[in-house]
Amino acid sequence: MNIVVLVKQVPDTESPRKLKSDDNTLDRAAADGVINELDEYAIEEALLIKEAHGGEVTVLTMGPDKAAESIRKALAMGADKAVHLKDDALAGSDSLQTSYAIQQALGTTGFDLVVLGAESTDARTGVLAAMLAERLGVPQLSLANKVEIDGTSIKVQRQTDYGHDKVEATLPAVVSVVEKINEPRYPSFKGIMAAKKKPVETLDIAAAGIDAAQVGLANAATEVVDFAEAPPRAQGQIVTDEGDGGAKVAEFLASKKFV
Amino acid sequence: MAEILVLVDHVDGEVKKVTLELLTLANRLGEASAVWVGAGYDGAKDKLAEYGAQKVYVGDEELASYVVAPKAALLAELVGSKSPAAVLVAATGEGKEIAGRLAVKTGSGVLTDVVDVADGFVAEHSIFGGGIISHAKVKAGTPIIAVRPNSIAPEAAPATPAEEQVAVTLSDADKGAKIVEKVVEEKGERPDLTEASIVVSGGRGVGSGDNFKIIEELADSLGAAVGASRAATDAGWYPHSFQVGQTGKTVSPQLYIAVGISGAIQHRAGMQTSKTIVAINKDAEAPIFELVDFGVVGDLFQIAPQLTEEIGKRK
Ligand SMILES: Cc1cc2nc3c(=O)[nH]c(=O)nc-3n(C[C@H](O)[C@H](O)[C@H](O)COP(=O)(O)OP(=O)(O)OC[C@H]3O[C@@H](n4cnc5c(N)ncnc54)[C@H](O)[C@@H]3O)c2cc1C
Repeated sequence: MNIVVLVKQVPDTESPRKLKSDDNTLDRAAADGVINELDEYAIEEALLIKEAHGGEVTVLTMGPDKAAESIRKALAMGADKAVHLKDDALAGSDSLQTSYAIQQALGTTGFDLVVLGAESTDARTGVLAAMLAERLGVPQLSLANKVEIDGTSIKVQRQTDYGHDKVEATLPAVVSVVEKINEPRYPSFKGIMAAKKKPVETLDIAAAGIDAAQVGLANAATEVVDFAEAPPRAQGQIVTDEGDGGAKVAEFLASKKFV
Repeated sequence: MAEILVLVDHVDGEVKKVTLELLTLANRLGEASAVWVGAGYDGAKDKLAEYGAQKVYVGDEELASYVVAPKAALLAELVGSKSPAAVLVAATGEGKEIAGRLAVKTGSGVLTDVVDVADGFVAEHSIFGGGIISHAKVKAGTPIIAVRPNSIAPEAAPATPAEEQVAVTLSDADKGAKIVEKVVEEKGERPDLTEASIVVSGGRGVGSGDNFKIIEELADSLGAAVGASRAATDAGWYPHSFQVGQTGKTVSPQLYIAVGISGAIQHRAGMQTSKTIVAINKDAEAPIFELVDFGVVGDLFQIAPQLTEEIGKRK
């Protein structure tokens, strides 16, 4: 099975994240980059599927040079090879454009299954799986917390606000995963060494067949018009419990008419 | 006045509060038209009328048998035939996905997790764990905006909506992912986490799954939903679907009570826009205290049960 797992490098949430004042985009240089956390679950799921059904796992990432770190980690976890889509023309692309660019890149890899994290910790839009499925015309098996494959038939459990849906489809398909679908493995020393020898192909937009007029900040369908630091919350009242802490909270809640 | 489409979020006819919030917002920006997909319409239409739906477009029940795509197809049909000024959906997992597909279908920009929308469809976001307020606009197509639940106060505005059945032909691709079973988890009498006006969350300090009873009892005394930090869900003390934070649910209630939670940035990302925040934590240095309107430094096993009891007395 040809499994492509989408990986994104995001700023570490532990380090301060900023927007740049010149173009209102994320300042990726200001923060340490890490692999988007949910993508680790996607990589793990791709590896589990490969281990059970055979095939090959290709990592596909779109992002600047720095994103190569995330590719290395995915390869060290056990993915077989990688495609790095990078081109200055892609900078500032919004979700609509990103889904188009990835669709084009998937044209070069082919796929039976595309696996990705349900959301990234930076943009948090949660739309990519749906957009990709729409563009590719394949089933959308998103927000999965369980995946079962049998031949070309695939069943997933889709996490919903009220519980879950049991969903069935036929491959090829796009699967997005939520946290706790599995327990992502740590790269072993052997894995880290092996990763250095695994093939990483770099694609620019021409090689991926991406039309420059459809990507990048200037052509985005959305724009950030301004931003400012949120006003700090007024310093609240903090008391130390002297046996009456619960009663004090109750008093506060009553003063705010919550009880 | 310009027509604004609002996709109704409901579970088998039970309309979610966020829908009423979206209708209120839509009527502020133009004229609200509700779009209904799925079973249970007859039981729900009074609610839509009460909150100001000027029109209701009703899609075929079959559209709800497949994952997301048919709902986007119906909205795309309406965007084509009615030329609305904007489309509003709830910023839930599914709502955002519908918005995404609709954006591709109509070549429109999509904005997700919006907390308010001003004239000209300028959308407000609270990003990076609530540290930054930004504004964004759609430049292409029809603005598609996914609004975070609990961001807008719903207002009753009785109307007499005209109903229109809308037919849409589904492609094979739209029917690719079939929902064979819908499993509604028992959540008892408690409100939905993302919709609740009060949320009581427990963290690592709670110590065990059994001890979560303390959190549940406090929540029940307030008619609140229960939430949990990732430390608590990782430990298996509470189900993941109740996790608040960056990789869990985003909540924005009137009142958030954090019990035995330190207030890590990833937790704050899911609750920082709560209107009033209360914390109980034995560590006076815990970062959660930077956010609170009221905080108590002390042992949650003393304070939380006492609070539950005091609330009971005041009823
Ligand atoms: C990519 C990523 C995503 C993440 N996503 C999320 C997310 O969605 N949600 C989330 O919550 N976290 C998330 N985290 C984890 C987050 O960083 C924290 O580890 C987590 O929030 C800590 O949970 P906690 O506050 O319950 O535990 P701790 O940080 O261990 O805090 C426990 C608190 O309980 C207090 N306490 C202990 N005993 C008592 C007592 N008897 N009485 C009173 N107080 C007591 C302690 O003083 C302490 O402050 C994420 C992390 C990463 C890296």
